[in-house]
This record gives sequence, structure tokens and C-alpha cells, in this order.
Amino acid sequence: MTTRSNTHGGRRVGAGRKKGSVIKEPTTVMRIPESQKPVITDFLAAYRCRQSTPLQGQTMVFERPLVAPAKRSWPLFSSKVAAGFPSPADEHVEKRLDANEFLIDDEEATFFVTIQGYSMSESGLLPGDKAVVDRSKNASIGDIVLAVVDGEFTIKLLAKTKQGGPRLLPSNQSGEYKPIEIKDGMQFEIWGVVTGSFRRFK
Amino acid sequence: MSRNIALIDVNNFYVSCERVFNPKLAGKPVVVLSNNDGCAVARSNEAKLHIPMGAPWFKFQQMANEQQIVALSSNYALYADMSNRVMRILNQFSPDQEVYSIDECFLDLTGFQHLDLLQYGQQIRHRVAKWTGLPVSVGIGASKTLAKLANHCAKKRSEFDGVCDFNQLSPSQLNRLLAELDVGEVWGVGRKLTLKLKAQGIQSVLDLKQANADTLRRQYSVVMEKTVRELNGISCLELEYAISDKKQILSSRSFGIPVTDMNSLVESISLYTSRAAVKLRRQHSVARMIQVYIRCSPFCSGEAFYGNSLMVALPMASDDTRVLVKHALSALKKMYRPGFNYAKAGIMLTELQPKSGQQQDLFALNQEPKSENLMTVMDVINNTMGRDTLQLANQGFKRPWKMKQEHKSPSYTTKWGEVLTVS
Repeated sequence: MTTRSNTHGGRRVGAGRKKGSVIKEPTTVMRIPESQKPVITDFLAAYRCRQSTPLQGQTMVFERPLVAPAKRSWPLFSSKVAAGFPSPADEHVEKRLDANEFLIDDEEATFFVTIQGYSMSESGLLPGDKAVVDRSKNASIGDIVLAVVDGEFTIKLLAKTKQGGPRLLPSNQSGEYKPIEIKDGMQFEIWGVVTGSFRRFK
Repeated sequence: MSRNIALIDVNNFYVSCERVFNPKLAGKPVVVLSNNDGCAVARSNEAKLHIPMGAPWFKFQQMANEQQIVALSSNYALYADMSNRVMRILNQFSPDQEVYSIDECFLDLTGFQHLDLLQYGQQIRHRVAKWTGLPVSVGIGASKTLAKLANHCAKKRSEFDGVCDFNQLSPSQLNRLLAELDVGEVWGVGRKLTLKLKAQGIQSVLDLKQANADTLRRQYSVVMEKTVRELNGISCLELEYAISDKKQILSSRSFGIPVTDMNSLVESISLYTSRAAVKLRRQHSVARMIQVYIRCSPFCSGEAFYGNSLMVALPMASDDTRVLVKHALSALKKMYRPGFNYAKAGIMLTELQPKSGQQQDLFALNQEPKSENLMTVMDVINNTMGRDTLQLANQGFKRPWKMKQEHKSPSYTTKWGEVLTVS
């Protein structure tokens, strides 16, 4: 008598949907490139995470606003004395970097404008950049200035003509932008000196 | 030793702010209109010939068009920022500063005697003009009242070139100058007082200066006596360095369109109340009373007029927007009559008291600590993320009744999206 192997048909170990699976819909099998396995694994982990939260669909993140701490003054003598080991970094606490400090000298005299067009592109001013304009500075030849010519604002390099009159030069060699000569009878004023600029990519 | 008190103010402040960012307005007649484009609240020198101060705009609109007068809606965000810049620059010239209004401040220059104050005044004018683009005038005198008058002379008389120091004039020179000034120019002498003083023969500032202070105190008040002493170079009014808390907070606006329905009134009253509540909390006060008013336009002839106002006493003083709005709306519901075209609504918080040290009510519910936390969070969010980020729903969102500001310039200094674009 030969005993019939019991390996055909019936239930197999490890087959079917895994216990604890949160995929609540029919599943399918798919061949994927081996190199992409981690990506798919991550995707599924994220998918399971979304499925297992009670909120269907999007998970929402609530951030609690930080209430700015009021300035506090500490008593000179306090009954509690911290008796831990002093932090070796205590003496080296410095103020964190602040972009304003880098860009602005005199807050009261500083204004921002948005750059339009490419006339100053070779000085690094591109469309959409914010230029920092400081009115407290005195403009010298070679400075980038925000000028007013006949009631119109323009940002250009300040230069001189041979006769010593003011001249405004674009910072773009393409020939698309012409220098502006300030002739007699034209209204001309230097509104402020451009001291810097900034831009965001994201 | 006589005092050196300076009063510095910006010439035609609102118009000057607009001109800094719009150079095309230079030399043109310009007016700035009050909220809802109602009346002219600031005029350039060129416009002063045609438009009286406070002129209702609808009466002058046609003439303004003919004269090519540029009319702008008020841009208070811009004016407030420019004002702060000016005040901080002026503070560099003396540590003793009293900011008196949005466009003027007193500086105590006593102790600067070693300097030529005329020259110092010119330095002040130059720095403010260079740093902000705004023209200022400087008046210096032995008292606040004299400083105010000196400032008036600095503005009105070109020979002073924007700086007038009464302390550098001889007594006879000063008196000649004061004889030419109308008594109505004196600080604190309004229209009614001017008429009364003139009726008893006091026509010029010099007449008032030479009047008997004791007699005037009996006839008028101790304030008038102080004014006379101040005109005589005796300083009676000290500079007030700390901004004193407001005794009442008002928030009201005209509507951009005639409003008839209750819902729009509810939205506007809720909005004005919450604006006032923010100011209330900023000065750490609480309010005991709230007054609400609604009215039709007094200018629409032929339409039925209705206007009313009501005071509500709160069960206990509060600074909670929700509590204040609830009581304001209950007053509104009592006053509202259908069938009218309402033009304006407003609220006023009164009987303000400091938040700390309040008398608690033994029998009533006292303000919960929860309320304080909620209001703090709301203020912090709105401060960092913009006004009305968190608001009561009944302030409305579309607000079709919002005031008209058809000619408002951009917020050049307070919104990234609205700064000047330059090529």
C-alpha cells in the first residue's frame, strides 16, 4: 500500500491573506524590479499607516501655536539652587543667526522692492528677487541704486558721463537694455541704495 | 533757565507718505479721503486752495475731477509703518520723546544748549527726509504751547526754512510775531473758545499772552490759565513719556453700500467689537460697558432716517471677544428696525479698568481662566499669521457691506505681495 502524499490540494501553510493585514480590499500580485523593492515596501508601510488610523483618507496634523514667552526677570536669590553638573556649553551660548541682521543696517531707512525684468541680471538681480533698499546710505559711483527718473522707478548702476553728469547703466551685456542719460530738464532723484537681495526657491 | 521743547511734525503726513512711493504725485494736487472715501482728511498744498479740510467728498468730486485733483483712499497700514519709522528716527535726537499723534512728537532739547538748535533742527529735517522721504517741520519754544506755535511758523513762513526757534528771538521780535498770529492757532483753543476770547477783545496770540492769567482762570478754567503761563515761557505741561491707556475704545465704520438686513449688521457689529477687544487686551484692560449704535445716512434727503444707540452694562468686566460680542448683539437686536437703509454702525467700550486687581463678583460667574488662554492663543495666532486668521464666524467672511476704498494704494511696506515692483 502506498500512502498518498497529502501535499496536493487543501490548505497550505502561509497561503492567503496575512493576519493583521489592514488592506480592506481585494489584492493582486505583481512583478517588480528588485531594485525598486524598498520603494514599494515604504509605499505599503505608509499605506498601511493611513489605513489603520481611524480618520479615513488624509491624516491631519494639528500644530499647537507657541505662545511667545513673556520676558521674565528672575529674583536675585532663589530658594532652589540647581545642583547638577554645569553644562560645558553654558559659557558659549550665542545668539542664533538672524537673516535681518545680515541684510539690514538701519531698519528705519530700509525698504524692500521686487525686481522685474533682466536689466540687472549680471549683478545677480533676477526677476522676482527682493532687493534691499537703504535710504540712509549715500550713493557712490558704481553702486546699484533705486532711482526715480521722470516719475518712474528704476534700479541701475550709478555712473558718470564724461561731463560729470549722472548716468544709469544696466547690468546686462545683451544689448537689450540701454544706458539712461540724465539730461537737463529731466527729473532725477536717487531714492535709495540697493545694499543686497534675496530670493526663495521653494 | 528756560526750557527748550521741540515739536516736530510731518507736513501733510498722509499725502507725503503716498508721494514717497508714487513720485508721479509730486507737485500734483492730492487729497486722502477718510474711511469709506467719505471726507478729505489730508490735502497737499496744491489741493488746499480748492478743498477745505474735512470736506465731504461727494460734494467736491466733480470739481476735483475738473481740477485734476488725485483722490486716494486712506492706507492706514502704510501711514502707521511710516509713522513708526519717523518716531524712532526722531528718538535718536533726544532720549526724552513724547509721541503726541501719528505725525507729531515733542522732544525735550533742554540740555542741548551747547548746540546751535537751528542747525540741530535742520539736521533732524535732513535725516528724516533722507531716511524716509518725508518732509518735517521743527518748532522750538520754552513750553509745549510755544513749541506748537513755533512749529506753525516754521511751516507757514518760508523765511524760517522749516525750523523756527522762539528762544533765539528777542522778546520784542517774538511779540511782534505773536501779534500776527490769530488766537485760534493756540494749542487747546478751539473754535468755541476762539469766539468767546475774541468777544472780549483777545484777537491775537499776543493779546492772550498779555491777558491776566488769574482773571482768565476764573472766567474759563485752570487749563486756560496754564495756556497763558505757557505763552509767557513758563512750562506747565510736562512731556508724557508713557502712552497712557485709553479710557474708551471706539470702533466704527460707514458701510460701502446701504445695509438693510439684520445679518449684515450682526456681522459688522461682531467685527468692530472684536477689533476693539484686541485693542482692549493689548492695553491689559477689561471693559464694563459697551455702547452700540446704528444710523442711516444724514446726507440722503428724501429717505426715512433712523438712528439709535444703546449702552449695555456687562455683568462683570471682560476682555473676552465672545462675551463682548454677545452683549453688543443683544443691544443691536433691541435697536434694529427693518425697512431702513443703514449707513454706519459702531461700538464703544467704556468704563475700562486694569485687568489686574479687578473686584470679583461673589455671586456671579467670574471670567474663567480658560477664556484668558483662548484669547491669548487667538491674539498670538492673529499676530503671527495675519488678522482674522482666527475669528468668530458671525463676523462674516465675504462682508459685502465692507467700506469702500476704491483708490487705496498698495501696502508698500507691510505686505510682500504689494511692495514696489521695479525694472
